[in-house]
Amino acid sequence: MPADLGFSALLKRDLKLAFRQKSDIINPLMFFVMVITLFPLGISPDPNELAVIAPGVVWVAALLASMLSMENMFRSDFDDGSLERMLVSPLPGFLIALAKVITHFLVTGLPLVIISPILAYMLNMPSAGYGVMMLSLLLGLPTLSLVGAIGSALTVGLKRGALLLPLLVIPLFIPVLIFGTGALQGVIMEQPVSGQLSVLAALLLFSLASAPFACAASLKVSMGNG
Amino acid sequence: MGQFESIQALIDMGGHGLYVWLSYGIGLAVIAFNVVSANSANKKAEERAKKYIRRQELEG
Amino acid sequence: MSLSETSAPGWKARFKRWFHSWASPKWFYEKSARWLPWLSIPAVLLILSGLVWGLFFAPQDYQQGNSFRIFYLHVPAAFLSQSIFMMMAIAGAINLIWRIKLADMAAKHCAPIGASFAILALATGAIWGKPTWGAWWVWDARLTAMLILLFLYLGVIALYSAIDNRETAGRSTAILSLVGLVNIPIIKYSVDWWNTLHQPATFTLTEKPAMPFEMWFPALLVVLGFYLFFTWMLFKRMRAEVVEREFKAKWLQKELTQK
Repeated sequence: MPADLGFSALLKRDLKLAFRQKSDIINPLMFFVMVITLFPLGISPDPNELAVIAPGVVWVAALLASMLSMENMFRSDFDDGSLERMLVSPLPGFLIALAKVITHFLVTGLPLVIISPILAYMLNMPSAGYGVMMLSLLLGLPTLSLVGAIGSALTVGLKRGALLLPLLVIPLFIPVLIFGTGALQGVIMEQPVSGQLSVLAALLLFSLASAPFACAASLKVSMGNG
Repeated sequence: MGQFESIQALIDMGGHGLYVWLSYGIGLAVIAFNVVSANSANKKAEERAKKYIRRQELEG
Repeated sequence: MSLSETSAPGWKARFKRWFHSWASPKWFYEKSARWLPWLSIPAVLLILSGLVWGLFFAPQDYQQGNSFRIFYLHVPAAFLSQSIFMMMAIAGAINLIWRIKLADMAAKHCAPIGASFAILALATGAIWGKPTWGAWWVWDARLTAMLILLFLYLGVIALYSAIDNRETAGRSTAILSLVGLVNIPIIKYSVDWWNTLHQPATFTLTEKPAMPFEMWFPALLVVLGFYLFFTWMLFKRMRAEVVEREFKAKWLQKELTQK
């Protein structure tokens, strides 16, 4: 099949499967809300104290929620053998990876972006921050999906090693976290944040250009054909 | 010797003795760890290999 | 007679043979036995002379006093831990591209050695922080970046041990190390930026008005010594790995029984 047609067909199939499994959408959202709830409970409900930590808390919670569902990015296809079939098909590996990443972001990342203002409000984040918060998440979460896909591909099919994927990818997430929260904190303090947002955009573009290939190579290695 | 008037001054390091000697102790420990683990890896591998060779000879 | 037949006909064939001998664990095992003392003795001499000079003879720092002597451990350790990560990634890449077993083995054993240097750099950096900044740990840009480097090392080690098949483990960790290598400058840049944002009044550990020769030269000795030490340890571990992999081979059995 021509590669082009293959990609959109694959993407449609992945999205259909993902949205059929409602828990794949709901669970990360619930995790996001619950983790954020832990902070007022664990630290203090005082609005001023919450306002200080709000940017970091929202971002870290979003990062963790996004990472939660990365474990399964390739797992179900691996389990039923379709991953192997896809890899030997004429469709280039990086497009297979890209389809999975797009699905992951649309299913997990985008809902987080959409409900983030509600959580930000609960953490008493100044409303000046909401726009940049959503923009930074919109730029940052796809990058996390891209980088996390590499880790997911390297660990697909591994039975042992609890929390192995988080251990592998969290260090790689740190730059996005730093600039995401940096943009958010900057706009709250009424400083220009175009620099931070540019870096986030650059990280996204760089990952978009490189991660799918690294992910495809990782899939092939994991499947023993690398 | 060198910068220090006495052994006591050397150990004391102008009040920073704990930090300097603790650091150098850890340095020594890291170097020792590397040497010991490399040596034990070699020994283990050689013993396994020799056991295999002996078994081969027994089975003829 | 064409030109290709006249000019140095042997060099291409010789190069090919040399290149492929590098792929042979047998060649490595036999040759490395002779190399080890050339690595170990200079390593010990350089490290000892550098540290003795730094401990006893180098002048103390006008600001930090004698705690500055930690510099002679901390900076070489930091340097090595970063260098080793790069070498690990490059060896992994060589294995990925050309499937050379020795490169695979080298990459595998770089990880624990590099991680130990990272731990040394972190420990000495933290200890140095106490008399300098008053706390056992500060979220300084360099310490934080070194901590993240340690995380990357631990990730490689964890991934390797989680995969049963040795070839796959080597190739997977090669990809992970390469991804890590590419990210290291990005991480450093981000942590630097993050640090200046929250701690405007920082000073780096080595920022000084031109350090005199008697102060920095011992550190250079230690760096060189550490490099030789690393190579020595790497070759030792690789020799153990060769034995582990090839113990059924006749050439190895002969070597071992001759000892």
